[in-house]
Amino acid sequence: MWEYTDKVLDHFRNPRNVGVIDNPDGSGEVGSMACGDALKLTFKLDANKRIAEAKFQTFGCASAIASSSALTEMIKGKTLEEAEKITNQDIADYLGGLPEQKMHCSVMGREALELAIHNYRTGDTSGKILEGRVICHCFGVTEEEITRVVRDNHLTGVEQVTNYCKAGGACGKCRDDIAAIIAKINGLGPKNEQPRPPRPGRALTTLQKIKLIEETLEKEVRPALRKDGGDIELIDVAGNDVFVALRGMCANCQVARFTLKDVVEARLKEFVSPDIVVKEAPP
Amino acid sequence: MKQIYLDNNATTAVAPEVLEAMTPFLKELWGNPSSMHVFGGQVRRHVERARRQVADFIGADQPEIVFTSCGTESNNMAILGTMEAAAERMNFITTRVEHPAVLEPARKLKGLGFNVIELDVDSYGQIDLGQLKRYLGQGPALVSIMWANNETGVIFPIREIAEMVKGAGGIMHTDAVQAAGKIPIDLRGTKADLLSLSGHKLHAPKGVAALYIRRGTRVAPLIHGGHQEFGKRGGTENVPGIVALGKACELSADSISEEAARVAALRDRLQEGILKMCPDTRVNGDQTRRLPNTLNISFLYVEGESILYHLSDLGVAASSGSACTSGSLEPSHVIRAMGVPFIAAHGSIRFSLSRYNTGDDVDYVLEHLPPIIRKLRSISPFGRM
Repeated sequence: MWEYTDKVLDHFRNPRNVGVIDNPDGSGEVGSMACGDALKLTFKLDANKRIAEAKFQTFGCASAIASSSALTEMIKGKTLEEAEKITNQDIADYLGGLPEQKMHCSVMGREALELAIHNYRTGDTSGKILEGRVICHCFGVTEEEITRVVRDNHLTGVEQVTNYCKAGGACGKCRDDIAAIIAKINGLGPKNEQPRPPRPGRALTTLQKIKLIEETLEKEVRPALRKDGGDIELIDVAGNDVFVALRGMCANCQVARFTLKDVVEARLKEFVSPDIVVKEAPP
Repeated sequence: MKQIYLDNNATTAVAPEVLEAMTPFLKELWGNPSSMHVFGGQVRRHVERARRQVADFIGADQPEIVFTSCGTESNNMAILGTMEAAAERMNFITTRVEHPAVLEPARKLKGLGFNVIELDVDSYGQIDLGQLKRYLGQGPALVSIMWANNETGVIFPIREIAEMVKGAGGIMHTDAVQAAGKIPIDLRGTKADLLSLSGHKLHAPKGVAALYIRRGTRVAPLIHGGHQEFGKRGGTENVPGIVALGKACELSADSISEEAARVAALRDRLQEGILKMCPDTRVNGDQTRRLPNTLNISFLYVEGESILYHLSDLGVAASSGSACTSGSLEPSHVIRAMGVPFIAAHGSIRFSLSRYNTGDDVDYVLEHLPPIIRKLRSISPFGRM
């Protein structure tokens, strides 16, 4: 079970302001059935342009329901200018905090509020404020949305971004793009491009070849082996025959024999020369 | 408050008879079975008796049983150990709906350059035997297909699958962790070479499991450092756990057919009651070939975690394939593999019964669940009453 605060559980068990306001002044809908949570927020203003009434409908987990309920309580009595200052962190704080993996529930609340205010001001019912480049196609998260949660919550890692707005949480293909966005915001700039090793086909001196083999093993092979507690050592190079020895956990592993032939040789063929043959050095 | 445990596919209560059988091995009989003195000798006998109890339970011979620490270890050993010991390189064939204890070793094999094939399942959670046959024709293979699925209870035709695999010269492993103790398993009629089962799923404690290795099947050890378990699994034996597993198997064997029928009747009553009282509800998985204790059911327009919390407030324990409960963002891979639409996938709940459940338990759930669903649907923007 999650470590929900008593306040989260209270708002989940006894949600405030459930429903839809007829003829609301503002209405905002975010999320979808596919995403696993969705929120519809409606509000009505009084004569002084303060939020007189706010109601919600939510499909989602306990913290999604609690965040929505909390949001409606928080905005009642506020002017729209005051309400739009509410961040997702404010919603989480109101509830005494949310588990990190559930922060996206608070973000959903903030987004619905923004949409509802936007709807009031412009009459726009498209459900979108900013048309942006979609980064995460699984959950339909744009660069602007990612930028917003990173800034609002001072995020530094891709996993955090996933917890806060779901981006990167399914197939994971966009995780590098998210990392680049974080780096840009935090002023790190894009990572320096790794210099590509020369492509096969170029004549290499023996020394160049050995250096290139060592470099390829270091970058392309060792990280995977080390994950399993193993390592590989370059023993000798004779023409196109490359002699290596497996170390650590890989040394006595039958499976690693296949690694040697398939993975190491494929990498060396790709990065050094198509004629490379990998052999295991005699013990 | 009433406490009703309907999450027996996650883990089970230790049977009182099992606890009684294992207790002496936590008290006076604490010797090391490998020792050359009476402290060890009197313990060794009990380990071997437990081995016989497990072997009898699945129709195997005593030396074909290796004790391990958990079902995950048994599966890892069956898969990685077989691939390591194989004389020639083999393909690995499994299904998309296996437990992570099979899918993760499969991923490791893939990373090492092995050809790994994950068979699809249809909307009932069943594989296409024709597809399996085609892949078996591609060369020697280790095949790992679960006896029954942990989330839906769907039972695969393992006997038929094993015939096909052996006919094609392959090696057959089956993860029977969910099936063992719920339906009879007899390896005299099924050509599986390897079978995993786990203690805590059949009323023994956590921390003990077994791997059946058919005589003549080559499996390299996963854990090195001792001669124990015929040299196949190093490490001093978990004697209390092993004795408990033996007793639990014996206990289950005594009554498995009657218990399966009794539990199935309770499960069916639960299913029918829910379907009758909660509209927009669907059962996930093949209902004709299914474990007697398992019901996986989706409540449209509501989310699983919310249902579980409300059930928990009423003392009812179940589980969900919803994304939110696991901390991941996607619903269960098993539910998705069957093509269950998102509208239902997020609201899937698994009820799994055991020999300790009664008709009163079912009545209690049928009384309290429909109002929970109605309440959550009244909050949901998609909800209909």
